[in-house]
Amino acid sequence: MTAPKPESWIEVRPTGLYVRPGDFHVDPTRAVGRAVITHGHADHARAGHAAVAATAETLAIMAVRYGAEPEQAKQALLPGAMLSIGDVSVTLYPAGHVLGSAQVLLEHKGSRVVVSGDYKRRQDPTCAPFEPVPCDVFVTEATFGLPVFRHPDDRDEIAKLLNSVRMFPDRCHVIGAYALGKAQRMIALLREAGWDRPIYLHGALQNLCDLYRAHGVDLGDLRPATAGQKGVPRDDFKGEIVLAPPSAIADRWGRRLPDPVVCMASGWMRVRQRAKQRGVELPLIISDHADWDELLQTVEDVDAPEVWITHGREEALVHAITATGRRARALSMVGYDEEEGA
Amino acid sequence: MKPFAALLDRLIYTPSRNAKVALIAEYFRQAPDPDRGWGLAALTGGLDFKGVKAGTVRGLAMERVDPTLFAWSYDFVGDLAETTALIWPERLSNRAWPGLSEVVDRLSGAQRSEAPEIVADWLDTLDATGRWALLKLITGGLRVGVSARLAKVALAAYADAEPAEIEELWHGLEPPYTELFAWLDGDGPRPSLEDKPVFRPAMLAHPLEEGEIAGLDAAAYVAEWKWDGIRVQISSRGGETRLYSRTGDDIGRAFPDVLDHVTFEGVLDGELLVVIEGEVRPFNELQQRLNRKTVTGAMLKKYPAFVRLYDILFDGREDLRALAFSERRNRLEGFYARAAPRRMDVSQVVEFRDFAELEALRVSSRGTATEGLMLKRQDSPYVAGRPKGLWYKWKRGPLTLDTVLMYAQRGHGKRSSFYSDFTFGAWRSSPETGEDEVVPVGKAYFGFTDEDLKHLDKWVRDHTLHRYGPVREVERGLVLEVAFDSVHRSPRHKSGVAMRFPRIARIRWDKPPGEADRLETLERLIE
Repeated sequence: MTAPKPESWIEVRPTGLYVRPGDFHVDPTRAVGRAVITHGHADHARAGHAAVAATAETLAIMAVRYGAEPEQAKQALLPGAMLSIGDVSVTLYPAGHVLGSAQVLLEHKGSRVVVSGDYKRRQDPTCAPFEPVPCDVFVTEATFGLPVFRHPDDRDEIAKLLNSVRMFPDRCHVIGAYALGKAQRMIALLREAGWDRPIYLHGALQNLCDLYRAHGVDLGDLRPATAGQKGVPRDDFKGEIVLAPPSAIADRWGRRLPDPVVCMASGWMRVRQRAKQRGVELPLIISDHADWDELLQTVEDVDAPEVWITHGREEALVHAITATGRRARALSMVGYDEEEGA
Repeated sequence: MKPFAALLDRLIYTPSRNAKVALIAEYFRQAPDPDRGWGLAALTGGLDFKGVKAGTVRGLAMERVDPTLFAWSYDFVGDLAETTALIWPERLSNRAWPGLSEVVDRLSGAQRSEAPEIVADWLDTLDATGRWALLKLITGGLRVGVSARLAKVALAAYADAEPAEIEELWHGLEPPYTELFAWLDGDGPRPSLEDKPVFRPAMLAHPLEEGEIAGLDAAAYVAEWKWDGIRVQISSRGGETRLYSRTGDDIGRAFPDVLDHVTFEGVLDGELLVVIEGEVRPFNELQQRLNRKTVTGAMLKKYPAFVRLYDILFDGREDLRALAFSERRNRLEGFYARAAPRRMDVSQVVEFRDFAELEALRVSSRGTATEGLMLKRQDSPYVAGRPKGLWYKWKRGPLTLDTVLMYAQRGHGKRSSFYSDFTFGAWRSSPETGEDEVVPVGKAYFGFTDEDLKHLDKWVRDHTLHRYGPVREVERGLVLEVAFDSVHRSPRHKSGVAMRFPRIARIRWDKPPGEADRLETLERLIE
């Protein structure tokens, strides 16, 4: 018996990627009956599904974001443990993107599809590393699907930051970082580089940092970046490092910071004009996504004869994968936000 | 190359002048000789590589990269040098990065046909930042927001010296400035200026504040008109003549009509103007000739340049700067009579008995090509910089207009969380519909206190109509009283007029926007 073609049992619907023989979605873009969730970023993990299966960490992150959702049936999956949903076997494998992030292996009558969610291949002290899983179809994102995106070594970027802190002792360095994943990774990288001073946090980052700590990720001395006297910068932030969601920095919240050097940790910082447009003074190219080389390498590692690309710079990645003799196809899915978290 | 690349990479994102100075000074500490001198030359616009053009860079990229992927990448990045730097395939290489001096030496010694291969070899060695810096350097135009002046200020900050000392030596020196660094580091003598038409740092005036005049002794001062052009210095020695801006930029190539007739030796201070048949033309005619590297015959004819002389610093090789102003003035007149330089004259002294008479003259001078008066102490030596109590500029009171706030843009650095750049407009009847509308007449980002700014910022956030990136369009609901020195016709602006030195004079929270001024009011003020 030959295995069914993947496109015969997985389809793209307005609600997202739908697995027909199991009647469930993977990372649906709106509330559905049953969902398998790869990781906790808001565009992948939405509120309001009747039933959710994900890693315990992802479920915990969703609870922090959306509250307990008591009506929802939740199923925590361990990496590598198989779950049957209808006529489909579901197994999660680490994706290396953020705490709890997973790839979803879907098996149906001998046909194997891996939905990778968002992933990266670099070492990250705050989450388990990506594991390549051989499959017939590899479903990937292409946020950085252009050959200009090649992330440098994150240690060099952290050194750049610490050098700037040393050069401008009378200024405060504020790092714009996504609340889930990037913020905790930045803190962990700073600690690895020997920065043992307190790190100050915008209120929006506090809960998720607490959650990381509860899962055994050591982040050192973290303090709230509360305002001082109204409208006056806090002098004691001079020479210190503060983390905040990118949108807060240019807002009134930022006025508590003394002459801030605005830093931004993102893969987009590779392109100077994009960094400049955002008013960034010190761009840090640190990403939780695979860069161009890593996207292509991952396709080789999983050795899938066919690749589906959910969103991002799909046309370039299709072009490059096709040139290696594999089939590649753009799913052109909408609803995945690639701006802030990258 | 590594410290230079890191420097450029920081500068391009740094809006604050002080922070730029700190970064460049740090570079002079980190980089070795003679690399840092070449770095200084690059920052001051003193390097030019003829053999490498944008087409060369594109050609190199096409040899290494899939053209389709390159095209998509270029669309995304928008800059050829940066796209090439980012997309260049990295090879693991243990080779050392070339130093800046190696880059300069090899490229300037290479045949045009050899250059691409040399550059490709370097691109294989460098990382992405290094490749970007190299390509920016050799294709010309760093565009990192650093003027030649700022680079020199940073060099002074590095060596704890006065910028004027560096300006004075600057035009007598050549890259890589090894003697200059040796002197600044205390390892060598001061470089010699013999036989070079160098820039001598200019003496500047303080604005005369309201009420300050009462404390001055009228008999101790000489008055002159403050002509509305740009301050320049003509420096001639050893058969070479230069025209410098007051900050020491060499602007002579665009003004052959002034320089070609110089036969004297000496250093003169004056005002660069456009003068036709003895009449000084408005500033915006001079503007047509500024910021150009060269000039066309048509421009020379339409906007002929002229220098009105204020002072003499050197007569021949004799340094007059220690003499009193009144003595220098006599020397200037004597020099002018003797040398009779073409396209120049001597600025007239304005006679007056007391300040009341002078005040009347100042007020009545509106409509002339002056900005007001200068007061110079008779006994003042020529001192670099802005010394206290010697020279004053006494500008006419500004013109004002009640305008309507239209757009606000976020500022930079300390002002990055504030909407601090304001575009304002005046009423007119729309040429299409005949209905009243507000058209922009200018933009200002100073003239208000920090306290005012907080209120303005709040008002902007509360009355936003549309957002365009860092810009917000606001309701036509707030009147700003704008002060400006003069107003001119300008076809580039929708309103057809442009203000000179606009600033916010008052925020008229009380005034209904319908009572703000009309464009016709502004047009009547055109001089």
